[in-house]
Amino acid sequence: MESKLRSGFREPKLVQAKIRQIEKIVTRPWAIMEICGGQTHAIKKFGLDQLLPPQIEFIHGPGCPVCVTSLELVDKALEIASMPNVIFTSYGDMLRVPGSNGDLFTVKANGGDVRVVYSPLDTLKIAQENPQKEVVFFAIGFETTAPANAMCILQAQTLKIDNFSMLVSHVCVPPAIRAILSSPSNRVQGFLAAGHVCTVMGYWEYLPIAQEYRIPIVVTGFEPLDILEGVYRVVRQLEMGTFEVENAYSRLVTYEGNISAQKVIHQVFEVCDRKWRGIGVIPQSGWKLRPEFVKYDAESRFDIQSITTQESSICISGLVLQGLKKPYECAAFGTLCTPQNPLGATMVSSEGACAAYYHYSRNIDVPNVNHV
Amino acid sequence: MCLGVPGKIVEIYEANGLSMGKIDFGGVLREACLAYVPEAKVGDYVLVHVGFALNVISEEEASETLALLNEIVNLDEQVSAQG
Ligand code: SF4
Repeated sequence: MESKLRSGFREPKLVQAKIRQIEKIVTRPWAIMEICGGQTHAIKKFGLDQLLPPQIEFIHGPGCPVCVTSLELVDKALEIASMPNVIFTSYGDMLRVPGSNGDLFTVKANGGDVRVVYSPLDTLKIAQENPQKEVVFFAIGFETTAPANAMCILQAQTLKIDNFSMLVSHVCVPPAIRAILSSPSNRVQGFLAAGHVCTVMGYWEYLPIAQEYRIPIVVTGFEPLDILEGVYRVVRQLEMGTFEVENAYSRLVTYEGNISAQKVIHQVFEVCDRKWRGIGVIPQSGWKLRPEFVKYDAESRFDIQSITTQESSICISGLVLQGLKKPYECAAFGTLCTPQNPLGATMVSSEGACAAYYHYSRNIDVPNVNHV
Repeated sequence: MCLGVPGKIVEIYEANGLSMGKIDFGGVLREACLAYVPEAKVGDYVLVHVGFALNVISEEEASETLALLNEIVNLDEQVSAQG
């Protein structure tokens, strides 16, 4: 089974055959967006963009939760984490995301109690062990982390853990796809939908989008063969002029998704407008806690003075996130901005496009790469 | 964190009213919440996101997909051999 799960989907012979299959059907240039940062990472890691025929261009989507968490929320996190009575918990990647004035690492270095957790359930444990402290979790993520965060809120309620709250920055994929397709500068002709988001939500939400924008959408996994299969199916549709939703990740994704997870998400969260870093407000693109759970909402629990945000003036991550520029087109890429010293959020997480290009720059086939 | 990790359930138990499991990620054991996969049994493979199993991985579908992919290679080889 192990081999069926991983190495089977990396088998070089199959990878080559799939690429030949794509070569056979492609007759002209196509721009395909992989919405998910995990797929951007895999494409660069395995050099898939270099192996595919030159007609196929990947446009990297905004599907990295670390990258799109708004500067306002990062600044709020910094402010809450600096409070003396607070233990602030977060996934590791968020610690280096630059706010207007430093990052969570800076707060930690200055004596703040900032802790990295693997799961939000760890945060609940910390809250139980430290009843005299306020424990705040930075709840970022797409539909994949929402079931975990929602369950934690219900657990906090059941176990009467009152010193626990969340700074919520949930974002959803389908509204982002709509925003990209509605933009006058859009170049995307087909989508690889994010496989793991669909394991939770299913793929019924994409049917009206495919019809409305006349665009093929293929639910795609993360192994090299999964991605190539997704590309193959998108190209096949583009060449034939069809615009259907297909599922190329059937070992994990069903049409309806995980219903019990969806139920708990909707029990705890409700849809809201959400600001995406580098992009702006996308209507109805996020989740926030329902009013009945307001006591677990860090934004209302802590009195945060109005903050003024300041983005780096060189960073073009907004354009990178919208697929309008490639990371190497940024003047700071690999010089002023590196994963050790990121100017923008897309250089922090391994799912961010700038970091993926930096780490796997051997695969970048462009003349003016700053980083070698 | 959108990249779920597949692992095998080695033990199922309850903690604080939640169904939990010990999951083997290629030799590393970690705890995960199984509340969203009530159908999961010991020995099943699940996809885990931030400490929560969200799906049981369909072994049947995985084999079928790989079989289809292998078929393509075989066809491809036959065509090249003829050509
Ligand atoms: S390389 Fe750095 S500065 Fe340039 S767009 Fe990416 S994150 Fe921003």
